[in-house]
Amino acid sequence: MTLNMWMPLFALMTSLMASLVIFVLPEQGYRLRTAVNLGAALVKLGIVAVMVWGVFHGVDYGLSFTMLPGVEFVLKADALSMMFAGLSAVLWFLTTIYAVGYLEDSPNRSRFFGFFSLCVASTMGIALAGNLFTFFLFYEMLTLATYPLVVHRGTEQALRAGRAYVIYTLTGGAVLLLAIAWLQGLVGDLPFREGGHFGDADPALHGSLILIFVLLIAGLGVKAAIFPLHGWLPQAMVAPAPVSALLHAVAVVKAGAFGIVRVVYDIYGIEASAMLGLLEPLAWLAAFTILYGSARALSQVDLKRRLAFSTVSQVSYIILGICLFGPVGATGGLVHLLHQGIMKITLFFCAGNYAETLGIHRIDEMDGAGRRMPGTSLAFTVGAFGMIGAPPLAGFITKWTMGTGALASNMDWVIGVLVLSSLLNAAYFLPILHRLWFREPRGSWPHERQWGRLETSAWLFWPPMLTAAMTVLVGVLASLPFSPLSWAELVVLRAYSS
Amino acid sequence: MTAPLLYALAGALLCGLGLFGLLCLSHLLRKLLAFNVMGSGVFLVMVGLPQHQGGPDPVPQALVLTGIVVAIAATALAVVLIRRYYHLSGLTTLDAEPTSREGGQE
Amino acid sequence: MTLWLMAGLLFTPLAWAVLTLLTDFSRGRLVSWAGILVQVLVSLGLWLAVARDGGFYYGLGGWDAPLGIELRVDGLAVTFVLLTAVVAGACGLHAGAYIDPDKPWHRYFWPLFWFLWSGLNAVWLGGDLFNLYVGLELISLSAVGLVALGGQAGALRASLRYLLAALLGSLAYLLGVALIYGQFGTLSIAGVATWLSDHPVPSGSGMALALMIAGLALKTALFPLHRWLPPAHGIAKSPVSALLSALVVKASFYIAARLWLELGQPIGSLAAAQLIGLLGSAAVVWGSWLACRQQRLKQVVAYSSVAQIGYLFLLFPLTFSVSETVSLQAQQGMTLQVISHALAKAAMFLAAGNLILSVGSNRVDALAGVSRFLPFSLFSFGLAGVSLMSLPPSGGFAAKWLLLQASLGSGQWWWVLVLLAGGLLSAAYIFRIYRASFLESSGTDQFFHPSRSLEVIPLILAMLALGLGLASDQVLTVMALPFEGEGAP
Repeated sequence: MTLNMWMPLFALMTSLMASLVIFVLPEQGYRLRTAVNLGAALVKLGIVAVMVWGVFHGVDYGLSFTMLPGVEFVLKADALSMMFAGLSAVLWFLTTIYAVGYLEDSPNRSRFFGFFSLCVASTMGIALAGNLFTFFLFYEMLTLATYPLVVHRGTEQALRAGRAYVIYTLTGGAVLLLAIAWLQGLVGDLPFREGGHFGDADPALHGSLILIFVLLIAGLGVKAAIFPLHGWLPQAMVAPAPVSALLHAVAVVKAGAFGIVRVVYDIYGIEASAMLGLLEPLAWLAAFTILYGSARALSQVDLKRRLAFSTVSQVSYIILGICLFGPVGATGGLVHLLHQGIMKITLFFCAGNYAETLGIHRIDEMDGAGRRMPGTSLAFTVGAFGMIGAPPLAGFITKWTMGTGALASNMDWVIGVLVLSSLLNAAYFLPILHRLWFREPRGSWPHERQWGRLETSAWLFWPPMLTAAMTVLVGVLASLPFSPLSWAELVVLRAYSS
Repeated sequence: MTAPLLYALAGALLCGLGLFGLLCLSHLLRKLLAFNVMGSGVFLVMVGLPQHQGGPDPVPQALVLTGIVVAIAATALAVVLIRRYYHLSGLTTLDAEPTSREGGQE
Repeated sequence: MTLWLMAGLLFTPLAWAVLTLLTDFSRGRLVSWAGILVQVLVSLGLWLAVARDGGFYYGLGGWDAPLGIELRVDGLAVTFVLLTAVVAGACGLHAGAYIDPDKPWHRYFWPLFWFLWSGLNAVWLGGDLFNLYVGLELISLSAVGLVALGGQAGALRASLRYLLAALLGSLAYLLGVALIYGQFGTLSIAGVATWLSDHPVPSGSGMALALMIAGLALKTALFPLHRWLPPAHGIAKSPVSALLSALVVKASFYIAARLWLELGQPIGSLAAAQLIGLLGSAAVVWGSWLACRQQRLKQVVAYSSVAQIGYLFLLFPLTFSVSETVSLQAQQGMTLQVISHALAKAAMFLAAGNLILSVGSNRVDALAGVSRFLPFSLFSFGLAGVSLMSLPPSGGFAAKWLLLQASLGSGQWWWVLVLLAGGLLSAAYIFRIYRASFLESSGTDQFFHPSRSLEVIPLILAMLALGLGLASDQVLTVMALPFEGEGAP
């Protein structure tokens, strides 16, 4: 029993401790640092696996103490938090492998991996937070931990991007703090609870609750990159590829999206949110962001920037999904939390591989890269088709479930958005695939580098292969227990049944 | 007009004079003297005002003695600093920037 | 037992001040190490004793008020005594390694340091207005002396400005004390409060309170009376700046806060409370703005003090004519802000001193490449910055949270905007430093690496400031301990 109490803390502490150890390791301690990194990631994976099993069987993991008068620090594990925790544990492991290879021979690696682990620790905290206050604690810690990663290269451009990032996220954080403090003053400390708290809220509070909801979404929307708060995301692309991968797939944007899910499901409650008329405008905003991001992605010539705008678009699927009033649509949104992570990280790994191995940054330089790097290009293709929503890949499951959900809740316009967005996805991904496979290489690559027996370093090669395989598997095996889809169904079942 | 009130008013007047001097004079020694005038005014208020039961109250007398000691210590410190400042910069006021700039090492 | 602790607490700093006056810097350092150890242990012992048995009144040497010195030993006071022991101890240890022992005038550092410490303890524990005055003067005069230790004309200039401001503030305060004594015939704050609770407020007492608070505000460097602070804190030796920013300005604020909490409700007015809050807000905005524009590292930190002091004065409007709960929240928030700012600012000044030592220049631009070659000092600076930006989980965040709750609870929502904007503005100047340090320079390590002992001290302080947020409930419990002599004069 006591062990169960401490499990969330252990999950948090593995990466926190790893981070502290790495900070004090000397810069040259390459092997030791790699061992600490991977060891911590593996331990964390084990802890999270145990907890996933436990939560499925109804074990209660929770730890809390009073931090300030009237405010508790709460860590607990429920189905939703395990979803996010599982995602970050798996992808952290792969990204660490990738980053070790990516940053070989580059300076400041202790600093990089220290903050990298700190970033994952914050993500874990966000996943396991049991109330808004604790959530906010880790949410801000994430901002601080990612800043050094964004500016890692130390160039003027990186520092500018870092500044934009900080201005956006800290302002968002301040708005979020205001909303949380106001809510606390109004109704006291609210734990996250499946079904929410405001099903029978006093009508006198409705005005304040609506206003607080708007502030909460505005604060969280910055990290989730909802239009018009997405400006920092494309700029942050100057960061090293593993950072972009982590920022996009797991940590930052997902923290925002996850926060919105928490607010809608576990603070307000899905019924109360609908009753207060909050879901419909949010759905429209999400739909607009989906189309806007895709449209902007079309005109980007830089590969990573195109992927960045694609993220702006994809994250809003999650938000649109939970705004569809009904269990099926919600399942679609939640499952995209995982699916988008897996697919997007594949694409970013591949983009990093092209940049590191061949020096390719722009899309028009990619002609014929599929012949030079068939493995990476195959992974990229799988990721891209997944994003477009081709069956039987991960993205298809998302879009199919969301479409069914939209029909069930009579929001037919959502189908239109989904179709249009898929067309736009195709329009910005297919030309890349065409260049990769069907164009002749243009003579020499911008900055080629021979790296081991494989097409690139083994550290860089295997992570995207694995995530590409996962993209296929989560689609094909969607109906098995513990697949993302089944898990999302479990979350939604618990949210709607209470 | 009772005697205590007279003392207090005289003290207040001295305070005002001292304050004026402290703010408006620029020579550091004059500022210091103005501070002493102001201090005397405060002490006068202190011994003059509280005379409730007819006779003088012993407590303020003790306080003012302490206060005078503190004021002397402060004056002594100020004189030392002003002298040293004059030696280093050749200035007797704070208005102008000193010749050796403060820009170097802390 | 507690009597011995009290005696140790008050006696050691004075004794050590005299002892170190007789030696040179290096031997004074050895002696002071012992003194710091004694002082930290005694403070900890007293804190534990009060945490176990509650607070008490202590008549020094067996003499009672009004002629004797009576000390009020409550949870808040011992917490500040302990805070002083930690911060001053850290600054003392840092100074021992940081200050050049070969300059002959540096030998005065230790006596001044110990006089400062005894003055601080006197202020935290003082129960009557006049003793507080003496404690304040002891602090001010030693602080001025410490600033002047820099030796060059600029340091003397700054210390003279500081001295004149401090003296003017003290006289305004003393005049207020004289008026209070003339009106109420007592010097004890609690005595005045008791008198007021069963008599109507005499006319003119508002004047006395206003004089005292204005004088103290000048000594605390509340906007627009802050002009003396940045030069003094910026030019002093780093450990001295740390002492001044962390503790000295808090002493005068502490007196002002105690006056307001006891006498503000009967004597003060809503307009006065709001005005002070407004000045505090102006300090937050103006101080942060100026901090963003400074070219020299320590000036940035000094102006940040002006801004952070502004938060403290929000206590005045948030405790005037509000419910018990709100007032309590505001007081707790203020206390946490004092503690976390003391720890964080001391850490920041000490770290800034190390950075200046390493790069050989006090300009912000000179920090390029520091993040690569001197991550340790920068890390302490960064952690301290987290608390100053009041981001979680630092003590600064806990303070801000409580002040936010108090503002929302009392319906004075305009302070909410100040608190949030202040956090963002402080992020602006702190991230400016981070940014400068993350810029990649030539790629070679041409920095001087200070010794580990210099680097560890700010890190510990910064960690404490950060951890305070997680332990703030425990800290606040000690402050709310019962006071055995409640209602005594």
